Amino acid sequence: MHMPLEDSLGLNLLAANQHQAAHNREHFDAWKLLCLNVMSSPGAGKTSLLERSLPLLAQDFAMAVLEGDMTTQLDAQRLEAVGVPVVPITTGRACHLDAAMVCGGLRLLRDRLDPTGLDLLWVENVGNLVCPAEFEVGEHRKVALLSVTEGEDKPLKYPVMFREADCVLITKIDLLPYLPVEVERIEEHVLQVNPRCRVLRVSASSGAGLEAWHQWLRQQVALQRSSLAAPGPDPQRTADPALSALI
Amino acid sequence: MHEVDMTRALLLAMEGWRQSHKPQVPLVDTVHLQVGAFTCVEPDQLVFTWQAAIQNSWLEGAELAIEPVALLGRCLCCSATYTPEPERGYRSPCCEHPMEEIVQGRELRIRSVDYQLPQPDTATAFLPLSAPRP
Repeated sequence: MHMPLEDSLGLNLLAANQHQAAHNREHFDAWKLLCLNVMSSPGAGKTSLLERSLPLLAQDFAMAVLEGDMTTQLDAQRLEAVGVPVVPITTGRACHLDAAMVCGGLRLLRDRLDPTGLDLLWVENVGNLVCPAEFEVGEHRKVALLSVTEGEDKPLKYPVMFREADCVLITKIDLLPYLPVEVERIEEHVLQVNPRCRVLRVSASSGAGLEAWHQWLRQQVALQRSSLAAPGPDPQRTADPALSALI
Repeated sequence: MHEVDMTRALLLAMEGWRQSHKPQVPLVDTVHLQVGAFTCVEPDQLVFTWQAAIQNSWLEGAELAIEPVALLGRCLCCSATYTPEPERGYRSPCCEHPMEEIVQGRELRIRSVDYQLPQPDTATAFLPLSAPRP
């Protein structure tokens, strides 16, 4: 027999992950928080940026972090040190977080605190420019980092990641005087692949550009709140009871 | 490493499909998978990991046939479609417009499965019953 798979089973290869991601998102909406998936190659500065940004944002927002790492909890310890609740998710062999792993992290998070009190939930993904782009975890926004030391061509070499991002942060711009890199070319390459994303230049070291980045975040929190406040089905009521039992 | 996780996702989808045939276990000959050029999947590596993953499973011996789908963007200035060449960038060759719309190339889709159900009183030949859906 030569048969198409039934639609109800989902034809997409990633259907199972997308299903779990949708369930995670239902909970984020019920908890009325904004979830951000932060992705980049290893060493682009995800943890350093959060170390710098979280204490500044803590004046306005209650936050927590799900920290993905392949083998250690070193990044989780760094972020705990700035006073934000962190749940480490050690992925072992896997080079990205998937929705089921994040669901497991949410269970641990809920053991520690009441998630309805949160405004922002950060998911710091495993350092990798390939896989995290394909595995959504239920996030509302994707943030991709690209450090100036990685070169100008990365958005063209890893286009899926930059296509998927809502915001691209070009990091370590304090190093620009020492590098044969034109930041305008990096921006141009990002916008070729994804003209709708916001591109910002930042340095966690010097603090340059952080205010614009934080302003973007405030806008996204406000947008998310207004979308949840808009008339429509109450996410608290539409959240899948099976998942409520699961998380 | 990425293809191992994609293979796992594929096996999960196939397992769900198998459950829908309970109590029978379909004998799968070929799984037809569309893989878009604008995904993170390398077809050859996916076939390699597939062959390793299905050993000693209900899918042992099944072929994974990959249908590549080229990336096609649409220029929002003039509506022409184009296939970007990464070395030259993703802007449209006609108007130099950024790649806003992707027409195709993001597919990671099980298009169809060639299989038979073991039924003692029927012929075991493969019967083409329907064409795959577009």
